[in-house]
Amino acid sequence: MSRQVVALASEVAPGSCKIVSARGREIGLFKIAGEYFGLSNRCPHKGAELCRGMIVGLAQSSTPGEYRLWRPGEFIRCPWHGWEFDIRTGQSWCDPNSVRVRQFHVAVEPGAQLLKGPYVAETFQVRVEENYLVIDL
Amino acid sequence: MNVAVRQATATQRLKVVDCDIHPVYRTAAELHPFMSARWRDHMATFGTHFRHGLTGQLPYPRMMAAGMRVDAFPEDGGPPGSDLDLMRKQHLDANGVEYGMLIALSRGGMEERNLDFGAALSSAINDWQLECWVKKEPRLRAAIVVPQENAACAVTEIEKRAGDPAFVQIMISPRSSDPLGHRRYWPIYAAAERCGRPLALHVAGYSGGHPSTGSGWPTYYIQEHYAMSTGMQNTLASLVFEGVLERYPKLKIVMIEGGFAWLPALTWRMDKHWEHMRAETPHLKRRPSEYVREHIWFTTQPIEEPENPEHLGDIIKWIGWDRLMFSTDYPHWDFDDPRQVFKTRLTEEQKAKIFRDNAKAFYGLK
Amino acid sequence: MKVPFAGAIDCDLHPAMPSVPALRPYLDEFWADQFANRHIDQLPFTLSSYPATSPLSGRPDWRTASGAPAADLDALRRNVLDPLDLSCAICNPLHGAVALFNDDMAAALCSAVNDWMARELLDREPRLRASILVAGQSPELAVREIERTAPDRRFVQVLLLAMGETPLGRRAHWPIYAAAEKHELAIGIHAGGTYRVAPTYSGWTSYRVEDYVAQSAAFETQLLSLVAEGVFQKFPRLRVVLIESGFTWLPTWLWRTNKTWRGVRAEVPWVDRTPADIVREHVRFTLQPVDAPRTEPEMLLRTLEHMGSDRLLLFSTDYPHWQFDGDAVLPAGLPADTMRKILMDNPRDTYARLRDLPAAGGGPGKAEKEAS
Repeated sequence: MSRQVVALASEVAPGSCKIVSARGREIGLFKIAGEYFGLSNRCPHKGAELCRGMIVGLAQSSTPGEYRLWRPGEFIRCPWHGWEFDIRTGQSWCDPNSVRVRQFHVAVEPGAQLLKGPYVAETFQVRVEENYLVIDL
Repeated sequence: MNVAVRQATATQRLKVVDCDIHPVYRTAAELHPFMSARWRDHMATFGTHFRHGLTGQLPYPRMMAAGMRVDAFPEDGGPPGSDLDLMRKQHLDANGVEYGMLIALSRGGMEERNLDFGAALSSAINDWQLECWVKKEPRLRAAIVVPQENAACAVTEIEKRAGDPAFVQIMISPRSSDPLGHRRYWPIYAAAERCGRPLALHVAGYSGGHPSTGSGWPTYYIQEHYAMSTGMQNTLASLVFEGVLERYPKLKIVMIEGGFAWLPALTWRMDKHWEHMRAETPHLKRRPSEYVREHIWFTTQPIEEPENPEHLGDIIKWIGWDRLMFSTDYPHWDFDDPRQVFKTRLTEEQKAKIFRDNAKAFYGLK
Repeated sequence: MKVPFAGAIDCDLHPAMPSVPALRPYLDEFWADQFANRHIDQLPFTLSSYPATSPLSGRPDWRTASGAPAADLDALRRNVLDPLDLSCAICNPLHGAVALFNDDMAAALCSAVNDWMARELLDREPRLRASILVAGQSPELAVREIERTAPDRRFVQVLLLAMGETPLGRRAHWPIYAAAEKHELAIGIHAGGTYRVAPTYSGWTSYRVEDYVAQSAAFETQLLSLVAEGVFQKFPRLRVVLIESGFTWLPTWLWRTNKTWRGVRAEVPWVDRTPADIVREHVRFTLQPVDAPRTEPEMLLRTLEHMGSDRLLLFSTDYPHWQFDGDAVLPAGLPADTMRKILMDNPRDTYARLRDLPAAGGGPGKAEKEAS
């Protein structure tokens, strides 16, 4: 593993993504609530450039006609098929494979009412060293 | 896969024929060189006139970017699909596209209620496809856009373009004012057969004005999107039962962007109920499924994704490995990448057919 | 093939509907008078989806001497209940009242038909159950009829038609689902329609065979309407049965809807699990018509596998509609436990009000007994 300096911290603003290249990998950098996150720019569904999608909050509802926005700015929608991924964890939020499960387990998190999917976008730990963002690859 | 990596491997491995690419004009002014002053003025003053309640937008808003891939916006500010260079870089080169079939969903012949304007728009869009796309990019081919609700004008436009091999098919929206099997459309099919061009059926907006389901207007985009497949099924049944495929034995039809996995169940249903009701349609000399087998092809996008990918193999086997033609629907949101599209195991021969050979045979390409 | 054992439950039977004069005892004075003085009592109230002479409406050997489909109580016993040795059959009343634009008149006729069924069919034949006929176009009047009829537990379902004016998932219809859920009645959506809008998205078909084929596409869109609008979130105990809908279209519906939903989920955020999960839990399909080639049973068996659950199909004859010949009511090649589920377990699990049915023997059917 080697330490890669990928960007200036100031280049990554909340609500936007900076895509950088490091050791042949494309990684999207995000800033949420003062912390930095790195996500592979490759959607695990069909290979789209995930990090060029829209940064959104997750739409939630407990009954038809009611709408809530959960964790605005913390999810990214793939630009192709619109799948939603948690920027912090890379976790996808729609499970296409749950149909095999009769009794399904809902991961209980505050406000979360969707089944977590098995698709996870690859994440990278981003460290801040002085003014720089650093990833170990 | 990122674009750079895609480009490096494209020429080595992948060669596809993409049967559904959507070119878009940056602004309507791009059509001006191809329209008379009378129609330029009409367009500027009265604009397009469709069968729904909003102007310049759809009553079922899309989930992103007017239904486009968010990563397909050209840097110069035009809409996705308007920039040939970006299309080349992002798609034609990157994905090994040997031939791309243009499907110009311009607000032209398919939807316009003013039939004379529709005829003018159709002609303009056909000129635009030639001048702005096909002449500049040898991999692309055009489809003849026609004012389909006015069969006589549609035939005129077809005959005008028939001599130009840049136009490989005739585009019709299955969301018509009457089901496409109705006799008032038959002059179009006669013209298609005469000039040896297949029909390309591709959904366009709100052409016909009927609710998108047989039981009223849906509420949400998920339903409106689904209706593209049920609508295509209805259209296929109409073409069969009205006897279009009996009357025009040389006609070939490709159904674009309507899905395909529904086909076996529909042909089984048509065959079964036609058996008892045959006396109603004595003009049919063969079973519905036989007509379908001979005349109808399908593009792959949006490909259905079963939980068990091998189930899709059953479906394709039942439809026939020679009946599917790969498409991406670039630059729409539910794009299928040729490298990723099939989770079902395919033999090399099956891949060659679906990605290339079936389309080359269908369109007479080398 | 034949039904292999006794005690099966037929979930789609069509008794002949009473004429308006026959309904007279069940109408109030006002309507009885109106129908007489306006000669409405001479009108047949036949749905255009099922004209009596059409081949679909009656198998040739299930017709009376005059040519009408034979579906009085004697015919039901003679042709279905007895030879198949059923424990139970659900009567689905296909009556033209629901196609009227006058909601009050429609509702009055529906009430009369329900009362007629209770007296003339259910009272006289303990194996019969019925669906409540309602004027679905008026949720208010439909609910009133459900509340009125629900205490008679021989009514197990509320009947709606597949092709109306607005998709069935829309909130305007929800009072009907609330009432059904409350009274443990299933919602039965039956093929056919009132033709308030064109039956296809490109307009009016020319042929009856086309109309009938188009029913399956209509069911696909109705199913999606129910799921997308969140009917099953709002009414978690509701069971919906698609009747005479065909079912071989279902796997493609599940695949396509799941895929699309993942990208468009945010517009319908109350849909909290995959559409396929929702359908497999809440929705069932009657067996007839079996839209699959008889000569290639493997295709049907594979399609059943594609459906991903053996709990979805409910046995039905669709008597007297012409869906099969002879006694070939079951498709060939079904494994024994699948047959048992279709014939008995799934219907019992689906209809809460069939819980009262005595546990069926599952012993040899009448035909088998007579043969041995």
